[in-house]
Amino acid sequence: MADDSFALSCPAPALAEERIQLAHGSGGRATERLLDAVFRPAFANPALDRRHDGARLAIDGPLAFSTDSYVVRPLVFPGGDIGSLAVNGTVNDLAMCGARAEYLSAGFILEEGLDIATLRAVVDSMRAAAAAAGAAIIAGDLKVVDHGKADGMFINTSGIGRIVARGVIEPQAIRPGDAVIVSGDIGRHGIAIMATREGLGFESAIVSDCASVAGPALALCESGLAVHCLRDLTRGGLAGALCEIAETAGLAVEIDEALVPVRDDVRAACELLGLDPLHVANEGRFVIFVPAAEAAAAVETCRRFPVAVGARIVGAVAAAPAGRVTARSAIGVRRVVDMLSGDQLPRIC
Amino acid sequence: MKFRDEYRDPEAAQRLAAAIARITTRPWTLMEVCGGQTHAIVRYGIDELLPPAITLVHGPGCPVCVTPVDYVDKAIEIALRPGTVLCSYGDMLRVPGSDCDLLAAKARGADVRIVYSPLDALAVARASPGREVVFFAVGFETTAPANAMAVFQASREGLRNFSMLASHVLVPPAMRSILASPGNRIDGFLAAGHVCTIMGYEEYEPLAAEFRVPIVVTGFEPLDILEGVYLAVRQLEEGRAAVENQYARSVRRAGNAPAQEIMREVYRVVRRRWRGIGEIEESGLAIAPAYRDYDAEVRFGAVAAREEAPGECISGLVLSGERKPSSCAAFGTRCTPEHPLGVTMVSSEGACAAYYRYRRTPLPAAAE
Amino acid sequence: MCLAVPGKVLSISGDDPVMRVARVDFGGIVKEISLAYAPEAGIGAYVLVHVGFAIAVLDEVEAGRVFEHLREIADIEEELAAGSARA
Repeated sequence: MADDSFALSCPAPALAEERIQLAHGSGGRATERLLDAVFRPAFANPALDRRHDGARLAIDGPLAFSTDSYVVRPLVFPGGDIGSLAVNGTVNDLAMCGARAEYLSAGFILEEGLDIATLRAVVDSMRAAAAAAGAAIIAGDLKVVDHGKADGMFINTSGIGRIVARGVIEPQAIRPGDAVIVSGDIGRHGIAIMATREGLGFESAIVSDCASVAGPALALCESGLAVHCLRDLTRGGLAGALCEIAETAGLAVEIDEALVPVRDDVRAACELLGLDPLHVANEGRFVIFVPAAEAAAAVETCRRFPVAVGARIVGAVAAAPAGRVTARSAIGVRRVVDMLSGDQLPRIC
Repeated sequence: MKFRDEYRDPEAAQRLAAAIARITTRPWTLMEVCGGQTHAIVRYGIDELLPPAITLVHGPGCPVCVTPVDYVDKAIEIALRPGTVLCSYGDMLRVPGSDCDLLAAKARGADVRIVYSPLDALAVARASPGREVVFFAVGFETTAPANAMAVFQASREGLRNFSMLASHVLVPPAMRSILASPGNRIDGFLAAGHVCTIMGYEEYEPLAAEFRVPIVVTGFEPLDILEGVYLAVRQLEEGRAAVENQYARSVRRAGNAPAQEIMREVYRVVRRRWRGIGEIEESGLAIAPAYRDYDAEVRFGAVAAREEAPGECISGLVLSGERKPSSCAAFGTRCTPEHPLGVTMVSSEGACAAYYRYRRTPLPAAAE
Repeated sequence: MCLAVPGKVLSISGDDPVMRVARVDFGGIVKEISLAYAPEAGIGAYVLVHVGFAIAVLDEVEAGRVFEHLREIADIEEELAAGSARA
């Protein structure tokens, strides 16, 4: 009862507990205390402050909508955490549709026993990422599950945004002859995650590339260039994104491995663990398909943004064979690039 | 990176390929016995640079592929025991046992952890005194000394909660078995450069002499493999049959003495069954009696030998080089990395997986 | 088999030969590697590393042989070209 006297202007209302308990998810006083102590101060905005079941928006179309769930382990890694991943992931998905994220929701499933300091850090990351993207988190939900049922925490974010692109951006818009551009060096996120895992650790300055790519993506969309397709790279790496797109578009994609940017330290880590950089996860990179004649201008546009300063043309689209992605190897021979069936595992062989 | 990038130079690769084409006057079939070389060949497209008269065949060079199914089953059984931690190299996680694989066991709640080095498994044991830590040790002679060192150190420390499930295989007996088989068409071998880094190449000299085949100890980068092929073809064209060392920056004739010493200390040579091939005498390593306290088979029960029903899978024939993956009726259709019928498709080093991943269908002729 | 990569020894610690380890630079990432099987490796040496163990010290002189060979091949090509030009 004494908790009611806290004012929302207090930056971080004290919470007696250090760890999440089942009571925090039951919707009663404990839940309210947690929301007041951790979530509301971080995500404060008029809609959220009304504390109603849903947020009313006045937003006119055309709109894009996206949702994603995040189950990453570890929760905190070099360069980010599950929170920044969750916000940037949805902001990026909307940007790939040519839309600027405006409103986000965040649903949390917390594991009993999660320490609240970690939760605060994650929520603060989300606040920062949303602010950087110019988006507000206006709706949310919180549940707590038994110890052992949630890997710390799971987060779902959904987002809505206004489409700023003029044309329709999708794989079906791609044409033979289009240039394939990647927004920067690949493989940082996957290696940063691996470096923190027991047994695969090494001293490294490799930090996840987790970031919003809305800046360069939307600049391309508003530039007047004929952007045919955008796709952010995530778990399947560059190879995964290109394979999906080639398949959906019914076209072939040919890249040159020598042109795909990979940092020396990421390449060294891949060599050590027997991983192919093309299949390593990214969280702050995207591919762009534009007509060949506009490729140089597209790269220019990207490079104005720190997150895409490494943008490069890496290949081109061909008419056939449909769905096939090939790469010219270091010694000049072409080979097929396929999607992997599961996560790439380190090998000794 | 020095000692790596310079061996991937495209111009030098083309020159070596051209040199091979120039000296080749007849068809020759060469076998490489190393998953790592298979991987490099298919990934870089090295076989596409070779003249059509040279056929490169992939041998049983994938220790993951040849690990008997009963060892995989044992590893899974151990992993599913409460209070146990099963540490393994990443390669083994998707290899199918009779029922499931280690990844599926992990999904069922088994504590299965990927390690980069056997010393990491030892670290897990030290950090978790209340748990039984078992390291699933597979590999050829390259990996055997590293695996042995984990047991050696554990023994010196008196670490009670660590043991190793060992299923090692040796290369020369497998090569002998292939050379001695009646249908053998292999004209020459590229010997595995990292196996030879440990063991040297003295033990290949009797094979070269007895079967009159050139054996070239070869490295793993594109220029190494191309040079290895060049030297083998040159010998064949000149009618010679000797052991030659292409990988001299790493391999010495006597090999690595301290590594061999620890291997002799910790292991004994045994008869081993090679998945898809069958039993080969004196072709494997098991833990020596002096280290029985660290032998998971002693601690958790011996591995029960089990015959495997072949079905449609021809992995045995692929492993012995008699068939190419692309010649299998199920290749790419009923058998894919998503739904593998056999080990050569499961392991990323397996010839079938390598073929599938890097070239599922022949590339269009107009390609380059 | 088997995946082994070259790296440069930055520093070494440990007196017991079995427990001797080095910090090895693989081109931007550094990892602690056992030198139990490479007792002759010193600081600045390039070693070949497999599953956390240095299994060989890379020999620079021998490493150059591939390129010597390539030069011989280039010489042969030149001779052949000159020969066919004369013919």
